[in-house]
Amino acid sequence: MNKSVVFGALTVAGLAASAAAAGTMDDVKARGTLNCGVTTGLVGFAAPDANGEWNGFDVSVCRAVAAAVLGDASAVTFVPTTGKTRFTALASGEIDLLARNTTWTFSRDVDLKFTFVGVNYYDGQGFMVPKELGVSSAKDLDGATVCIQTGTTTELNLADFFRTNNISYEPVPIETNAEAQQQYLAGACDVYTTDASGLAATRASFEDPAGHALLPEIISKEPLGPLVRHGDNEWGDVVRWTLNAIITAEELGVTSANVAEIASSTDNPEIKRLLGSEGTLGEMLGLDAEWAKRAIMAGGNYGEIFAKNIGEETPIGLARGLNAQWTEGGLLYSPPFR
Amino acid sequence: MSDVSFVRTEMLPEKAPPASEVGVIGWARHNLFSGWFNSALTIVSIAAIYYVLSGVFPWVFQSVWNADSLGECREIMKATWGSTHGHACWGVINDRWEQLLFGFYPSELYWRPIVSLILLLAALSPILFADRVSPKMLILTTAYPFLMVFLMWGGTIWGPLSAAFGFVIAYLIIKYATEAVGELFAMIAGVAVAVIWWLLLSGPIVEALSSAMPIGIEAVASRKFGGFMLAILLGVVAIGVSLPIGIVLALGRQSDLLIVKALCVGFIEFIRGVPLITLLFVASLLLNIFLPPGTNFDIILRVMIMMTLFSAAYMAEVIRGGLAALPRGQYEGADSLGLDYWQAQRLIIMPQALKISIPGIVSTFIGIFKDTTLVSIIGLFDVIGLASAIRADTAWNGIYWELFAFIAFLFFIVCFSMSRYSMYLERKLQTGHH
Repeated sequence: MNKSVVFGALTVAGLAASAAAAGTMDDVKARGTLNCGVTTGLVGFAAPDANGEWNGFDVSVCRAVAAAVLGDASAVTFVPTTGKTRFTALASGEIDLLARNTTWTFSRDVDLKFTFVGVNYYDGQGFMVPKELGVSSAKDLDGATVCIQTGTTTELNLADFFRTNNISYEPVPIETNAEAQQQYLAGACDVYTTDASGLAATRASFEDPAGHALLPEIISKEPLGPLVRHGDNEWGDVVRWTLNAIITAEELGVTSANVAEIASSTDNPEIKRLLGSEGTLGEMLGLDAEWAKRAIMAGGNYGEIFAKNIGEETPIGLARGLNAQWTEGGLLYSPPFR
Repeated sequence: MSDVSFVRTEMLPEKAPPASEVGVIGWARHNLFSGWFNSALTIVSIAAIYYVLSGVFPWVFQSVWNADSLGECREIMKATWGSTHGHACWGVINDRWEQLLFGFYPSELYWRPIVSLILLLAALSPILFADRVSPKMLILTTAYPFLMVFLMWGGTIWGPLSAAFGFVIAYLIIKYATEAVGELFAMIAGVAVAVIWWLLLSGPIVEALSSAMPIGIEAVASRKFGGFMLAILLGVVAIGVSLPIGIVLALGRQSDLLIVKALCVGFIEFIRGVPLITLLFVASLLLNIFLPPGTNFDIILRVMIMMTLFSAAYMAEVIRGGLAALPRGQYEGADSLGLDYWQAQRLIIMPQALKISIPGIVSTFIGIFKDTTLVSIIGLFDVIGLASAIRADTAWNGIYWELFAFIAFLFFIVCFSMSRYSMYLERKLQTGHH
C-alpha cells in the first residue's frame, strides 16, 4: 500500500518537476533562505544538536550553497526527509536541493528526472562481524544470518553478492540503523551490512569497538551526492560549482582560515579565479565575484568539512580512502576553474 | 441443691478473631493462598514480578544523570558500578528533554506552548467537569481554538480574529434568517457566506489591517514544531474536531435522506478502508504534487486535517453503535412528545447514545493520540522522530532504550489520565440502580 502511493507519487512527479523548474535561483534569492532536504538524522552526515542547529557532512553542502548564493551560511531551512519522501519533496519544489547521502544511480538520474551535480562521498556496502566469529572475508560467511535494512539497494546488493559467490545466507530484516545496532549486539544476527560509513559510525558507538571488525570486501559502489531537479541548469551549475569550489579549495590549499588573506597574497592564477580576484567566473554563474570565497568560509574546504564531521579525529573515524584528492590516490577530481 | 451449675450463666466477652483470618495474613490466606493451586500460582507470580523488577529497578535508579555523551555515561558507570550493564544513561534525557518536549520551538518562546496547554486545561474544564466549573468558562472554550492558533504560531492577531469573525457571521445569519427563509436555507446561506468570507475577503482584509495596525507576536514556522508538543497539538485538534464531525456522520449514516446517507457511508467506509499511514503519505507527498507549485500549504495543517478525518470516521462508527443500542421506544417517545428532529437528538437521543459510547469514544481518542507518532515516517520531528535524530548525534549514537522509556512515560501519563477520566465520567453518568 505505502509503496504504491510512493510509486504513484513518483509517476506524477515528472509533471510537477517541469512546472516547478524555472528560476530556482531567483526563488531562493527572493525567499532569502535555501530549502535544503537532509536526512531525519544520520550520524556524521546530518543531525540536529541540542539547540536545534543542524550539523554534519551533508549539511555543510547546504550551508556552502547558501553562503555562495545568499551570502549567509545560516540562511538555510532544513527540511528533514525520509527515504520515502525525499524524491517527491525535491520534484514538487518543496526543497531546492537534496543533500541526503543519496546514491547516484542511472534510474534516479534518468527516470526520476533529477540532476546529480557531483559526488561528495564515495561509499560502498560493507560487512561488520564480531571478531570472535573468526571471519576474515565475506566469502567465509556461508550460512550466516545477516541484519539488513529492508527496501534498500543494500538488500539487492547482498543477494547479488551471495549468489555470485554461490553461498547462502539468512536475512534478518530490520527497519532502522538503531534497531540494527540492537539486534546485532544482542546476537540476533552474525553480520550487519550497510554502507561502510554507516558501519564505521555504528561500530564507534559500541562499548567495545575493538571487538568488531569490518570485512575488507566492499560489494557495491555508492557514490553519494547532492541533487537538484532536471531542467534548471543554471541552478544545477550553481550547486555543482559550489561543490567543486570546496573540493578545488582543498586541492589548492585554500582553507577557511587563510581564504581571506590568500585571495590577495597569492600568485596562483587558479586560486585568483576561484576567489574572484581575477576573471568573471562569479558573474557567469549569476553570482557576485566572491561567491566561492563565502562558500569556503562557511564550513571550510572539503578536507576541513570531512575532518570535522566524519574524519579520523571524530568518534566516527573514517579514513579518507576513496575520498582523498586525486593527487593523493583518491577519486576527488574537480574540473578546473577556468 | 448446690450452687454448682452445669451451664454458663453469663455471656463470654467477644474474642478477637484469630490472627490467621484478619488483617494482612487473613487477606493473604483468602486471596493468595486459598488452596495448593492458588498458592503455587502466587509463588510463581511473585517470582516473575521479582525477576522483572530486579532487572528494571537497578536499571532505572542506579543510573547516570549528568553526562554529555554516551561515552561519558559509560565511563561513569564503570567508575561507579564496575560495569555498564544494567544501568540507564539518563544523561540523554537531561541533555535533550527540552527538545523532546518542544521540538525546535525557539527556547525563549517556550512559555507560549505552556500557556496554551494551561489554557487548554482551563478551556476543557467546563466540558469535563460540568457540575463543578462555572458555565461562564465556556466563553474561554469558544475562544480557545483561535487563541491557541495565535499563541502557537504567532504572527498577526488579525488572522485568528478574522477566522473567528467568519463563524460569527455564519451564526448571526443562521439565527436571524431562520424565521425569514426557513432553517435549511438559513444554514446553507450562513455556511456559504462564511466560506466566501474565509476564502475571498479575509485575506486582503487581514493584510490591510495588519499593515494599518501591526498587533502581533513573533511568528513561529510550522517546521519548528516538534516533540511531545506536536503529539499533543495533533491529538487535541484531531480529538476536538473529530467528535462533532463523528456525531454528524453517525446521524447522517442513519438518515433517511438518500444523498446524505450515501455521502456519509461513502466517507466512513473509504477512510476506514485505508490505513492512516497512507493518508499521511497522501498529505505529505500527493498533495505536494497536485497543488500548483509554490503553494505553501502548511504540512502540519495537512497532517491535522488527515488525522481529524481519520478519527472522525472511527468516531462516527462508535457513536452509531451507541445510537443502535438505544431502544426504539426512546425515538418513539421523543416523537410522541412532539419534539422535532434536532430537539429529539439534543435532548433525548444523544445524551443516552454518547453515554453508552464513552468507553469506545475514549478508546478512539487514546488510539488517535498514540497514532500521532506515525508522523515521524513522513519526516516530521515528533518524539519518535526526534529520538532517532538524537541518536544521529555523535555524542548519543548507540543509545536506545532510555529514549523510548522516556517517550513511553510521557504517553502513559496522558493516556492513563484519559482512561481514568472516562471511568469517572461513566460513574458520574450512571443512572441505573445496581
